[in-house]
Amino acid sequence: MKINKYILIILAMICSFNSGIYAATQKTLEKANNDSGDVSSLQRGARNFMNYCSGCHSAEYIRYDVIGEDLGITQSQLKKYLMFNAQQSFDTINTSMEMEDAAGWFGQAPPDLSLMARAKSTDYVYTFLKSFYIDSSSPTGVDNSILAGTSMPNVLWELQGHQEYINDESGSERLEITIPGKMSEEDFNSFLRDTVNFLEYISEPIKNERQALGVKVLIFLAFFLVLAYLLKKEIWKEVK
Amino acid sequence: MSEKIDKNKRHFLGAATAATGIVGFGFAAVPFLSSLKPSARARALGAPVEVPLSSLEPGEMIRVVWRGKLVYVLRRTNEMLSRLAGLTDLLRDPDSLEPDIQPEFAINEHRSLNPEYLVVEGACTHLGCAPLPQFEVTPSDDWFGGFFCPCHGSKFDLSGRVYKGVPAPTNLKVPPYSFTQSDVITIGINPSEV
Amino acid sequence: MMKDKKQNENSGKILSWIDARFPYSETMREHITEYYASKNFNIWYVFGVLAMVVLVIQLLTGIFLTMNYKPSSAEAFSSVEYIMRDVEWGWLIRYMHSTGASFFFVVVYLHMFRAMLYGSYKKPRELIWIIGMLIFIVLMAEAFAGYLLPWGQMSYWGAQVIISIFGAIPFVGEALVEIIRGDYSISDITLNRFFALHVIALPLALIALIFVHIVALHEVGSNNPDGIEIKDHKNEDGIPVDGVAFHPYHTSKDLVAIIAFLMIFSVVVFFAPDMGGYFLEYANFEKANPSATPEHIAPVWYFTPYYAILRAVPDKLGGAIAMGLSVLLPLFLPWLDRSKVKSIRYRGWIYKTSLSLFVISFISLGVLGVLPADGIYVSMARFFGILYFAFFLLMPYYSAIDKTKPVPSRVT
Repeated sequence: MKINKYILIILAMICSFNSGIYAATQKTLEKANNDSGDVSSLQRGARNFMNYCSGCHSAEYIRYDVIGEDLGITQSQLKKYLMFNAQQSFDTINTSMEMEDAAGWFGQAPPDLSLMARAKSTDYVYTFLKSFYIDSSSPTGVDNSILAGTSMPNVLWELQGHQEYINDESGSERLEITIPGKMSEEDFNSFLRDTVNFLEYISEPIKNERQALGVKVLIFLAFFLVLAYLLKKEIWKEVK
Repeated sequence: MSEKIDKNKRHFLGAATAATGIVGFGFAAVPFLSSLKPSARARALGAPVEVPLSSLEPGEMIRVVWRGKLVYVLRRTNEMLSRLAGLTDLLRDPDSLEPDIQPEFAINEHRSLNPEYLVVEGACTHLGCAPLPQFEVTPSDDWFGGFFCPCHGSKFDLSGRVYKGVPAPTNLKVPPYSFTQSDVITIGINPSEV
Repeated sequence: MMKDKKQNENSGKILSWIDARFPYSETMREHITEYYASKNFNIWYVFGVLAMVVLVIQLLTGIFLTMNYKPSSAEAFSSVEYIMRDVEWGWLIRYMHSTGASFFFVVVYLHMFRAMLYGSYKKPRELIWIIGMLIFIVLMAEAFAGYLLPWGQMSYWGAQVIISIFGAIPFVGEALVEIIRGDYSISDITLNRFFALHVIALPLALIALIFVHIVALHEVGSNNPDGIEIKDHKNEDGIPVDGVAFHPYHTSKDLVAIIAFLMIFSVVVFFAPDMGGYFLEYANFEKANPSATPEHIAPVWYFTPYYAILRAVPDKLGGAIAMGLSVLLPLFLPWLDRSKVKSIRYRGWIYKTSLSLFVISFISLGVLGVLPADGIYVSMARFFGILYFAFFLLMPYYSAIDKTKPVPSRVT
């Protein structure tokens, strides 16, 4: 009975810890609600990443063949649709841009995205990508309400359209699309969700395998526990 | 009576627990032992290497590195190839019968896919020194040119076949390779896998 | 049957050959099969063996991590990702090690609390306690050195903050800080020497101290939840009547605890290896950047109670002293505690209340150490910090006047 109580306490601790302590920002973040088990979402995310992100951002810890294997993409599809900057399928995702040039153009080199979703949370990246608004005083013509003064231009404006920062007299601050883009808001959100999903995947490609293995390990240990408990009871029978 | 039953039960439980524990240790050992295998990076670095042949003149040899190993690619002249037939008696394994030294396609006198091009690992089969190429020699009765290992004096002919009476036990190894284009050799991949 | 007998004879021969040259059978008897510990051990008595299990996990996974890790500022961060992605099963080995670090402190804190519950530090076990405290301090150093190795933002800035604490020491402080870092700031050189400390020096010290800890324990015998010396009541064979042999009784009990522990451990390793940012801090997924401090620096959870005390004092030297004292004060428990009884079972309400307040303040300080140091949090840290110190400093007084219950002569 006592042991049960302690296990319960510890499990409760784990659950409460999992709510997370991303300290990053005071701003409220929108939920990305991505599903790391949705392979087709990950495939779309991979395409989005290669088309819109990889021009400037590397993901130097993830190899193309790992992506191919995990997301069910064949070698020839990889070469055709994803490997723009790479020769070999075991290469990692690098950008064709020289980092020193980039630092000159943007003020700082675009960060590597291998671990971005893990360092900042998927919600942060999701909200960040949709929070650009027009700011003529900025060199890139935009600013971001999540990361003020960001040196990243709004790469996705063609899809999202242009947003403006509205500060009503009522005091409610918000961003509003003033010039619509190619996508509806809903489509754009799901575009971002796929992209963020992919970013989360590359930050820990092993995640699904890890959890699947965990279930097996726990089943084995539970079986072992029963045996060991019965043995202990048997041995302690004679102790009065 | 009851004591005997208890004893059996205890033995059974003890054995079952011990067996499960051993199985558990076995499972736990797998990740640790597997982690010793070549990693994804090592495999990536050990990927097939392409060698363009267009600039290789007859009689010339180039050295390439595949999986950290030295590989010799020699373009043999007709004169060089003609030397191969005459020294069968001097060789330990003239027909390359020793298994696992070369892919199947290289079990022949010239030990190659295309007689013109010899591809062998530049590691003496004695203790791994790199044999020196010595192609231009005045042919004598017992030396027809080939590779000479400076470490312990092992001698190989122009097909990498080992001479008798030297420390090296076998012919030079032939790595898997194939012609991926008419003038490009890819080392590390067999013709059947292209 | 014949065969069995023959085998027994043979193994008997081998055994006597060994015993003539090495005290194998004697050691096994003295420390395993005929080491008697009280039969009324409860759950609090499993954390010692669990600490051993974690130690083994850490040593084993540590060896395999060392095979692939590169202790240089240029390569450390990417070599950790190399382990996580390119090395087969590297992710599991690394998660076991990072989770093991936190669990080491979980079990050690509970193990220490057990000693406080049942007065295990009191005569004749003062040395066991002192050695244990040394183990704890070396463990803190080991964990701290290890935390720099991934070379993430939190590794870097955490080390920066903690090492700077030594700068508060008058006269020699700044020089000492330079000696620790080996450079004018945290750098490649610092990382390299922390690596040496983490993989060689401190583990050796840890193993040696643990060995001495157990030797001392087996000399005087284990305490028990009643705080009674079981050696005072022996039967005609000289065996304590309230004791049972370590093997098979306590081993079979410990095995159950170990498996249960491994299940909890596995839940974290496989389902929440970063534990919501407490076991692996999120900022540490960014490479160390000496030109940008993360917005919020918090040490890993097991250091936060002491960190909260450090921050609660509005003076650099004062804070450092308070923190140092908060770590060292438990060392003096054997002499601070003037109670006639060991176990909480026979102590009065004063000690029970103080111990509860101590637990509350320790946990509260831990929580406050994670939170930003502003406003109400600082006042709270001061309040609980004072409670923490009061528990130790007032102990000679309140433990002496506390009314105790009569202690039975046999375990219950």
